[in-house]
Amino acid sequence: MHSFELVKPKTLADAVAALADGAQALSGGQTLLPTMKQRLADPGTLVSLTGIPELQGVCQGDAGIIIGGATPHAVVAREAAKYYPGLAALAGQIGDPAVRNRGTIGGSIANNDPSACYPAAVLGSGATIVTNTREIAADDYFLGMFETALEEGEIVTAVKFPVPQKAAYAKFVQPASRFALVGAFVAQFADGVRVAITGASNNGVFRWPEAEAALSASFTPEALKGLTLPADDMIADLHGSAEYRAHLCGVMTKRAVMAAG
Amino acid sequence: MTKTSMTVNGKAVSAETEGRTLLSAYLREGLGLTGTHIGCDTSQCGACVVHVDGKAVKSCSVFAQDVEGADVTTIEGMANADGSLGTIQQAFQDHHGLQCGFCTPGMVMSSAALLAENPTPTEAEVRHYLEGNICRCTGYHNIVKAVMAASGQAVPAE
Repeated sequence: MHSFELVKPKTLADAVAALADGAQALSGGQTLLPTMKQRLADPGTLVSLTGIPELQGVCQGDAGIIIGGATPHAVVAREAAKYYPGLAALAGQIGDPAVRNRGTIGGSIANNDPSACYPAAVLGSGATIVTNTREIAADDYFLGMFETALEEGEIVTAVKFPVPQKAAYAKFVQPASRFALVGAFVAQFADGVRVAITGASNNGVFRWPEAEAALSASFTPEALKGLTLPADDMIADLHGSAEYRAHLCGVMTKRAVMAAG
Repeated sequence: MTKTSMTVNGKAVSAETEGRTLLSAYLREGLGLTGTHIGCDTSQCGACVVHVDGKAVKSCSVFAQDVEGADVTTIEGMANADGSLGTIQQAFQDHHGLQCGFCTPGMVMSSAALLAENPTPTEAEVRHYLEGNICRCTGYHNIVKAVMAASGQAVPAE
């Protein structure tokens, strides 16, 4: 690993100041540390966000629940369960227990790994990403593989989730990495259904409008019959071909609808 | 280099670190606590699991300076005060939950975290919780038996 200086501010204001001169934010580090070990990142200065109380925790807000940006997956799995069980269940499936004790929601969505679980929940719920400077709708936030609307030095301070009537996540686990080979998040709101797919596309997480329309008309697995996605832009690797992933999108969306009941 | 302090197995300790010093290296090289094993160094195998403030973490994927001041427990802290094996360790011995022993420190620490959260897990819960700990020898069955026994429950049949 390249050498760097680690700083650990206690307030958001200090973290923002520390990041101003090109430093890299460190949250749980469950992706960044392996990346740094491979010398794929050379940040110079790392600013740890794990010692800032205002970035921690799950609470109920006016229009849903608010999760602090540096809240670990294990805390979301436990504390969001009574407000938003579908989201808590997703958090409880990320990685393994030790990874869930370190990895955070803000870190996951700032990285925007194309196979990560959280982007599916954030986009599938129509959540709002809160940063130190602004609020960004999920539909405007995920821009492509490892690419987001975040500016240099901008910190995800919280994510605000509206709570749907029903929601579930169905994940086909890639057993070695425990990332999603394909994962589907479905959420039924009073004004319609949202479907977000992770793990499948070369462009990262995406919504599936045809499935949303079909499920908005009838929230049943049968409503998805005959719907397919083109394999053109799907990820192809040794774990699965593009065609296989395209097929799994339909299968996992049906399973998510069944799980949501 | 800077001096980084924390509490490890109940004792106040400190050692020199760089920003990039991993908690696993701090324990093994800084403190000489070589019970924590480094298997894959990519956070997949779980041999390096320790507890930080009561939570199981993979010490190869945490910077020592990021957990300065924390209360850390390693496999060396799992024995009884008189030096005899702790309950979970004894159960691993009784049920032959290890062969080469390389994964065992992580297995014991993850099992302890599970039993702290869920004192009487089902067999399925044990298997699910240990998914981040890889063992290349045992085939896992005897590890699961050991954890069930350590929880005071009936040991699953062959």
